[in-house]
Amino acid sequence: MVFESLSEKLQNALGKLKGRGKLTEKDVDLAMREVKLALLEADVNFKVVKKFIKDVKERAVGSEVMESLTPGQQVVKIVNEELTSLMGEKESKLEFSSTPPTVVLMCGLQGAGKTTTAGKLANLLKKQNKRPLLVACDVYRPAAIKQLQVVGEKVDVPVFSMGDKNNPVDIAKAAVEHGKRNGNDLIIIDTAGRLHIDENLMDELEGIKNGVNPNEILLVVDSMTGQDAVTVAETFNDRLGITGVVLTKLDGDARGGAALSIRSVTGKPIKYVGMGEKLDELRSFHPDRMASRILGMGDVLSLIEKAEESFDAKKAMELEKKIRSQQFTFDDFLDQLDQMKNLGPLDQILGMIPGVNSKQLKNLNVDEKEIVKIEAIIKSMTKEERNDPSIINSSRRKRIAQGSGTSVPEVNRLLKQFKETKKMMKRFTDVEKTMKKKGKLGLPFF
Amino acid sequence: MFKFFKKSKKNEDENIKEDIQKEEVEEENKYEEGLEEKELDKSDESNNGSEIEGKKEDFFTKLKKGLSKTRQGVTEKIDSILKSYGKIDDDLFDELEEVLITADVGVNTTMEVIDNLKKQAKEQKIKEANDIRELLKEEIEGTLKKVEDSKIDRKLNIDPSPAIILVVGVNGAGKTTTIGKMAWNLKQEGKKVLIAAGDTFRAAAIEQLEEWANRADVNLVAHKEGADPAAVIYDGIQAAKARKSDVLICDTAGRLHNKKNLMNELNKIFRVVEREYPEASKEVLLVVDATTGQNAILQAKVFKEVCDITGVVLTKLDGTAKGGVVIALQSELNVPVKLIGVGEGIDDLQPFDTKSFIEALIG
Repeated sequence: MVFESLSEKLQNALGKLKGRGKLTEKDVDLAMREVKLALLEADVNFKVVKKFIKDVKERAVGSEVMESLTPGQQVVKIVNEELTSLMGEKESKLEFSSTPPTVVLMCGLQGAGKTTTAGKLANLLKKQNKRPLLVACDVYRPAAIKQLQVVGEKVDVPVFSMGDKNNPVDIAKAAVEHGKRNGNDLIIIDTAGRLHIDENLMDELEGIKNGVNPNEILLVVDSMTGQDAVTVAETFNDRLGITGVVLTKLDGDARGGAALSIRSVTGKPIKYVGMGEKLDELRSFHPDRMASRILGMGDVLSLIEKAEESFDAKKAMELEKKIRSQQFTFDDFLDQLDQMKNLGPLDQILGMIPGVNSKQLKNLNVDEKEIVKIEAIIKSMTKEERNDPSIINSSRRKRIAQGSGTSVPEVNRLLKQFKETKKMMKRFTDVEKTMKKKGKLGLPFF
Repeated sequence: MFKFFKKSKKNEDENIKEDIQKEEVEEENKYEEGLEEKELDKSDESNNGSEIEGKKEDFFTKLKKGLSKTRQGVTEKIDSILKSYGKIDDDLFDELEEVLITADVGVNTTMEVIDNLKKQAKEQKIKEANDIRELLKEEIEGTLKKVEDSKIDRKLNIDPSPAIILVVGVNGAGKTTTIGKMAWNLKQEGKKVLIAAGDTFRAAAIEQLEEWANRADVNLVAHKEGADPAAVIYDGIQAAKARKSDVLICDTAGRLHNKKNLMNELNKIFRVVEREYPEASKEVLLVVDATTGQNAILQAKVFKEVCDITGVVLTKLDGTAKGGVVIALQSELNVPVKLIGVGEGIDDLQPFDTKSFIEALIG
């Protein structure tokens, strides 16, 4: 999970601050050292880390924290705010030209993911009613043109190419003309991967830039990049004046410190992130959410959005009603499981929930097979049994176990769990009732 | 019966691929033309020996230049830090820490070095910053020596023939390119090389490998995009046996190591290799981009579990990345770096030499 280990580290570091009455400068120093190490391990550039630590320390050791009642919380807040501001305050979108076509130039090192990203971007913007044209300017790498053509075909976007014998600058110019004639309002130019120190190829990029005047120049960066990310981003920015960054392979487990570094040295926003190999897995980047996530506060917004997409609102209402009226059955349980599966891999969802930190997740190891088993058991019950589990006697249990390919103890366990869940739900609704009556929580310590 | 039928059909496919390679001469010309615009000195790829040797030197100089950048980085920085501090204090150690970390040496290794240094300085009652220089050098050398002394065999494990090389790694590390270069190198050594196009996922990956096979003038076994990669490798092994190839190089699709299904798929491929080709010498190479930061260690760990990697290829070392991750890779995982990629040309794959790497790093 993105930034998972970083949030784990910060939780460790800041956990020491939590629960203390007052903070000394020494405490802050100690915590900051661990924050620093965590950031460094996450491949955030050293200079960026240094500045970050200095800023946070300045704010933390000041009276602001010392006089507040919960210093730990205050430090968490400061670290979060600084981290958010480091990554850009809010999400940044692509700028479209007022006089179409909008020209987007993709650039970056070899293997960063330019061609795939170009295809994803075309796919994404096509859904926003643009008419994109992909342009194959990588004349060097074997089969690069073919790759873009295949990608273009998959997302149903035309690809302009002139083979590998033409100058990329000429191809780009011709492509823009072609786009204008054919009513394409968005032209995405894929270029060859190049090292930032390769003068000839950097000149070529500059040539393309001068030739077609792109509205957006996007630097594609692998999120696994180490300390060198800063050098790369600085050079590309100096030569071309990039307008934004696309961070790829963020579905890996790299901590992605490069994101922070690049943002900090170039001042250019991260506009998109690549979250998978499929061509619809390009997302906009939410710096605020990411910062919260680093601090172990969970990517709540993402979870809510995802849940909204997958959960059937009507079904949820019905469920709520049933829970209230104590009519929750195995059928409803099955429904719930189905909807949960729509959300995606369980451990991924759990990772987004605040309070569930990555360390706990490691031991948890959600077993999707267990869920398949539960499903099999429920599906082996008759309708009657699902509605009223209390009628399930030992011979029925035996039958269910046989039908689902499980054992009687496993069936027993599920039945017991279900009973307990029901009990728990009853307690919740009871609490709610008393709350309504008394106007406050019916818990002993309130 | 059925199995036989399936196989013969696949053999037909192979024949088609081989036909494609007959257009080799034409393809090569195309390739050279493409390169002319890029860089003149790269255009003569496959001519006579003397020219290649001359070029190899160029690449060595290139590499040395690249690495000497690293050296200036580390030693000069250390010198200037030591000069600017009179007495030893915590800030001094912080700055020394920075120097090592910015070379991607890794936080763990760096902390080890610095902690040892602090301890030593205290024990020997060193107060002057200047006196710490030798100590620091010893510490760094000690760490690197661990890498050097661990009796690591950096030769590819491809003797005796037949041999199989499985190439794995995350997306965009440079697997396909490395295979092309490796095939060319092995062919120059007089080996009979066969390539199996196991990346059936990425768009045009097979075409890319075909082009490299043409350049290196070796045969290729391939299925269509979307085919089962384990089946491709299976066919590759059968073909290698039938044709008595010395080395079979297997490409695989790039995969992030935290994708369980893809890693399972890789494990299946690995098992096919173990089962179908037990007599072959085995080499499983993990390709790592030199610009990769600390994630490289995680990558190596997981890939090692899944397919027992026996070596690492560090690519894109011709950039400004310091490749300090090598140290972490070797000291933490004991996986030797065997080859390094230093450019886009077909002969830009070199053996990794620890001594010159260390020399270049600390001088």
